[in-house]
Amino acid sequence: MSDVATFSDEVAPVQPGSPILEVYGLVKHFRADHGVFGGGAIVHAVDDVDLEVRPGEVLAIVGETGSGKSTLARCVLRLIDPTEGRVVFDGRDVTALKSRQLGGFRQQVQPVFQDPFSSIDPRWRVGTSVAEALTAFGIGTKQERKARVLDLLDQVGLDPSFAQRHPHELSGGQRQRVGIAAALAPSPRLIVADEPVSALDVSVQAQVLNLLADLQRDLGLAILFVAHDLAVVEHISHRTAVMYLGKIVETGPTESVFREPRHPYTQALLAAIPHPDPARPLVGSPLEGEVPSPIAPPSGCRFRTRCPVVIERCATDEPAMTVFGTGHTAACHVAEAELRQAG
Amino acid sequence: MSDDLLVLEHVDVGFATDEGQVSAVSDVSLSVAEGEIFGLVGESGCGKTTLAMATMGLLPRTATVSGSVRFQGRELVGLGDEELRRLRGDRISMVFQDPMTSLDPTFSVGEQVAETITAHRDVDRDAARERALALLEDVGIPEPERRFDDAPHRLSGGMRQRVVIATALANEPALILADEPTTALDVTIQAQVLDLLRELRTRLRTTIVLITHDLGVIAQICDWIGVMYAGQLVEVAPTGQIFRTPRHPYTQALLAALPTHEQLPGTLRVIPGRVPNLAVPPPGCRFSTRCPFVMDECATVPPLAHETDEHRIACWLSEATRQAGGRPSRTVSGGAA
Repeated sequence: MSDVATFSDEVAPVQPGSPILEVYGLVKHFRADHGVFGGGAIVHAVDDVDLEVRPGEVLAIVGETGSGKSTLARCVLRLIDPTEGRVVFDGRDVTALKSRQLGGFRQQVQPVFQDPFSSIDPRWRVGTSVAEALTAFGIGTKQERKARVLDLLDQVGLDPSFAQRHPHELSGGQRQRVGIAAALAPSPRLIVADEPVSALDVSVQAQVLNLLADLQRDLGLAILFVAHDLAVVEHISHRTAVMYLGKIVETGPTESVFREPRHPYTQALLAAIPHPDPARPLVGSPLEGEVPSPIAPPSGCRFRTRCPVVIERCATDEPAMTVFGTGHTAACHVAEAELRQAG
Repeated sequence: MSDDLLVLEHVDVGFATDEGQVSAVSDVSLSVAEGEIFGLVGESGCGKTTLAMATMGLLPRTATVSGSVRFQGRELVGLGDEELRRLRGDRISMVFQDPMTSLDPTFSVGEQVAETITAHRDVDRDAARERALALLEDVGIPEPERRFDDAPHRLSGGMRQRVVIATALANEPALILADEPTTALDVTIQAQVLDLLRELRTRLRTTIVLITHDLGVIAQICDWIGVMYAGQLVEVAPTGQIFRTPRHPYTQALLAALPTHEQLPGTLRVIPGRVPNLAVPPPGCRFSTRCPFVMDECATVPPLAHETDEHRIACWLSEATRQAGGRPSRTVSGGAA
């Protein structure tokens, strides 16, 4: 428990606008010992990723299967150790901390998963699950924890009677509300949400998105929002980072990324959205082929094997991030050349 | 309506469960014209998949199906297992969400396509192989000769779904029932598969019934749409009309719940309440327990009645408005939370 106190005492108060989460040069490689990738090969899940999240900001990480977005989230949560790079929370490097020293970090950075009960004992009552973090961190007396659970259930729009129920009695939307209540229990400052609404029906998804948005605003929470649904991301996030094959290829204010995507992959991804509006038809499939294996990612730009505007240089030089507007960057030789011509 | 390939009349599906008889599909009537892509849309538990399974005679023995399902003029309800089996994979095929439910992991993808052909056609192995290769090429498998002997697990999710579609097409069926065929795929791969389905319809005039929860997918490829809620069909219309002028309060609420960037976070429309327990469904309109416009009449089931020539909805409000000679002037609303 002393770690909790030590952690909060040591750090300086957050400057307005200074990031609550910083990630520098994050790399995560897995050794594929068995399975379809064959023995001994290295899976380049995340490669040299930088990002930051400010207090009260929703940063969305979007990408398709194999983009590394969930691995990135798990590294940030310190559920897995990064191979290289640094994770800095509230000005403090937490990369090297042993799990014993992570208490304060674990309290202030809470996960919300697609299925909140995938890791919870199905025999536990909802109240016990919501109180789990409080119990683990020794926050409050038993009575105080009980009161806090009822308060949290109320915050996520559930009746107090839910504390006595079991997970199997709940609908998908109610389960996710419980998952959010449990994440909020230790008063975190950053939520890392990995596909929090993708298992939900449209009408229930709207309820949970509203809840997340309200809590985010009212509590000033920062959220790292990992998702594949671009309409959801455009609706809820302030900034968006687009990942492809372990790399962030574009990042910027959400409106700017969606209105003026600079990277050909972002452009293709947005063009592939089936809009719920027959007046905005899909214009053919924007990309040929499939994502290459993360075991042997292409040299240079990783997107070059599927890129519609690929040039020779893309195979040899890895493109650096170019600034296209306020906070809007993308890593593409072609886009950079166009920018220079225009300027 | 001579060009209707599939006609469902008053289809009811019930399941015997511990809670008693569950009414999963209630009095659904619809028809699908030849060469059209008909989308059946709704949220979890609305009965869309059950309805498709009932059409194919694929429901477990705990299910009771009544009403009529006519395919090419032939009644399928009550047809023997053997006759249904002969239809499936031949005149009617299915494509499921997870390609691995249709593919046998121990056989190569090419053999599986070929086997579907030899099971229904009197052709030799070479001819079946030839046709299977052509089909794999048709659905966009690169280098089909090289892929023919690959086991399904060697292929990506998108490629597997293409193989399933090749299998579904093997005997040039008149009808394909596709249940969430792109739900497990990434968005850029989904765009490719939707393209493929659209192209097949144009080229082969294959009729497709597409079952999905994804309003974006149906908007993109369906000609007609049927909206289901809690086992009832509540609205049927051409795609443009469903999206431009949704008439049923549920359809309106569903469309209004979609996230867009125009809406500020926290202000999405929601549908208050929950889907009713179908072991004890509300009498009459099943959406009545959540409908912002509920009236006394809603305790009786509203008929699926014509709003216009092509647009039908099951809602008393519309009936009343129409009889009063006025046009419905409801604003799109899901009601307050």
